[in-house]
Amino acid sequence: MFKFIIKKRQAPLVWSSCLVFFGALVLSLAVSAIMLALQNKPPLTAMVLLFNGAFGSLLAIQDCLIKAVPIFLCSLGVAIAFRLQIWNIGAEGQYVLGAIGATWVALRFPDLPWFVVLPGMLAMAFIAGGLWGLIPAVLKLYMRANEIIVTLMFNYLAILFLDYLVYGPWKDPVSFGFPMTREFSTSAIVGKIGHTQLNWGIILCIFSGVAIWIFFKYTRLGYELKASGENIKAARYAGLPYHRLVMLVLFLSGALAGWAGFLEASSTINRLQPSIVVGYGYTAIVVAWLARLNPISIGIASFLLAGLRVGLEHLQLDLQVPAAFGGIMEGLILLTVLAGSFFVDYRISLGKKS
Amino acid sequence: MRRAMFFWVFICVFAWGVASAADTPMKVGFVYVSPIGDAGWSYAHDQGRLDIEAMDGVTTSFVEAVPEGPDSERVMLNMARKNYNLIFATSYGYMDPMLKVAKQFPDIVFMHCSGFKTAKNMGNYFGRMYQARYLSGMVAGAMTKSKILGYVAAFPIPEVIRGINAFALGAQSMNPDVKVRVVWTKTWYDPATEKEAAKSLLDVGADVIAQHQDSPAPQEAAQEKGVYSVGYNSDMSKFAPKSHLCAPIWNWSPFYKEMMEKVQQGTWKSKSYWYGLEHGIVDITPMGSMVPEAVQKRVLAKKDEIASGKAKVFVGPIKDQSGKLRIAKDTPANDRELLGMTWFVEGVVGTTQ
Repeated sequence: MFKFIIKKRQAPLVWSSCLVFFGALVLSLAVSAIMLALQNKPPLTAMVLLFNGAFGSLLAIQDCLIKAVPIFLCSLGVAIAFRLQIWNIGAEGQYVLGAIGATWVALRFPDLPWFVVLPGMLAMAFIAGGLWGLIPAVLKLYMRANEIIVTLMFNYLAILFLDYLVYGPWKDPVSFGFPMTREFSTSAIVGKIGHTQLNWGIILCIFSGVAIWIFFKYTRLGYELKASGENIKAARYAGLPYHRLVMLVLFLSGALAGWAGFLEASSTINRLQPSIVVGYGYTAIVVAWLARLNPISIGIASFLLAGLRVGLEHLQLDLQVPAAFGGIMEGLILLTVLAGSFFVDYRISLGKKS
Repeated sequence: MRRAMFFWVFICVFAWGVASAADTPMKVGFVYVSPIGDAGWSYAHDQGRLDIEAMDGVTTSFVEAVPEGPDSERVMLNMARKNYNLIFATSYGYMDPMLKVAKQFPDIVFMHCSGFKTAKNMGNYFGRMYQARYLSGMVAGAMTKSKILGYVAAFPIPEVIRGINAFALGAQSMNPDVKVRVVWTKTWYDPATEKEAAKSLLDVGADVIAQHQDSPAPQEAAQEKGVYSVGYNSDMSKFAPKSHLCAPIWNWSPFYKEMMEKVQQGTWKSKSYWYGLEHGIVDITPMGSMVPEAVQKRVLAKKDEIASGKAKVFVGPIKDQSGKLRIAKDTPANDRELLGMTWFVEGVVGTTQ
């Protein structure tokens, strides 16, 4: 009899990990194609449509980049916390608080010029999102509250707070009672870059991504974080300031999600309304793991996932594939790619049973 | 001779060009907020879409389950880029995104459902569902024994509040002491949450469950408990045959056909359309066999009165929950007041927050 032997790889795969990734991708796309064929939709045309819709033209790529911005920032945030093995499930709520913070500035100072308002919104979103992340950190450290539960619960609190504001004190008086704030003044709107569809938020993404990468690669604090994440007990024994690190990562994590909220409110919706909440905070967790917490990979993964979602809309429009199929396909791809990453870390060989 | 030949060739080419231009089908796109299989709001719109798909020279398509934010803007933008001629967006939150897209594509006709903004190439439309709600309220008011009606409602926005008020007024016209208890689910489509909300209403003694949601889940909860229910959007009797009294329903086909013809003929103009029972855009399903003949007759008589314009739903004196007179005696509420309604009438239990 044979049996499978699973061994952890000594040296991590480098190029073959790309191979594993593409293998998983091809496998899930093949399964999706079969499912399309079963619905009497042309599978090959569908795949071409999916690709063209997502990456086939300059306009499509811009669409994907816009869609990727909030996913990227939220994901970058949760990845920082995950590095320290702090499970921040609360990016959704931190994103909402960021949007609320930015909106407060926009509504409070509508007449100031953009070079005052926008930095103010940026700072307020950073602080509001960050503080929303910091509270669970304090509760964890001083009251031993599990951060997974607290951050998750804080999402619901944040959404209820948002509802309270837009149904109550911040409601636009001319919206016929619909829940939304007044439209931001032009000085509070992050504008588009030249004649493209892209807004300047993309620059904020690049800046954040590079800053976080440098932080982990070249700073002492970044190194301490990574070391503590590998082994908390050893880190404490070595005298690393674990408490401070937990507070730092949750603050930063929340602040980045807050920036995502700021950009969504300011650049794409131009106001605060409940439909700003579409689950980016949860998508971010998947993306972070897909990218193995690496800032550059997070950028790529966010872009690809955004592309998939945009492409699926084209599939719906042109072939009338049901929306649920999009969800199934996304799930399939994520599942196979995450499962595939097992083979990057482990080796499976056949051995004889003794 | 040669000239004549050129002439005929020219005529042929020209005729072919005209003919093929007429042959190029009009492309019509629909944006839906929920899946079309939900027997609810989007399903009702999609029935209308299928009827214009059957028209000559028209092809249609749709994207379903589109969130009401930046995603909807991109979906409409892509329809416009793919040269759709007419785009219908069927949820309130699509208003601002549609306005943005409409500005970029002045040659495309945009129609937004349930909002209030228009542009040169963007009109809006809705139906006076509150008229049908009033009728369904009459049925519920006649059938209740506990005098508590439950109402599972999505969001506290004017459209929903108006419907609850009309329902309550209809019920009170049959049974003056009836109370309508409202639970907000804060979702349009979430069958599990809707069912839970219905159960919470059943627990406080409601014996008819009405709803403003996109799924028949409240109907199912009512049937399980053995009490009556009032559906919404489409005939939901097949989901809960024993409990389904009636349902106020949408019938978008005539309206969509009218718009399609106007666009085809080039006579379309930006406007706000708010049709009611008189156009058949809203209606009430046939009432279940448990509803007594006399009640059915009264309801249908009222329907004729409203459709012919003889009766109106919101005519004073109407007081709000605090007892303050909101609509003065013998004056009908105007459309502006109806569109911005954010208060409950007397007899409704719940808040509009």
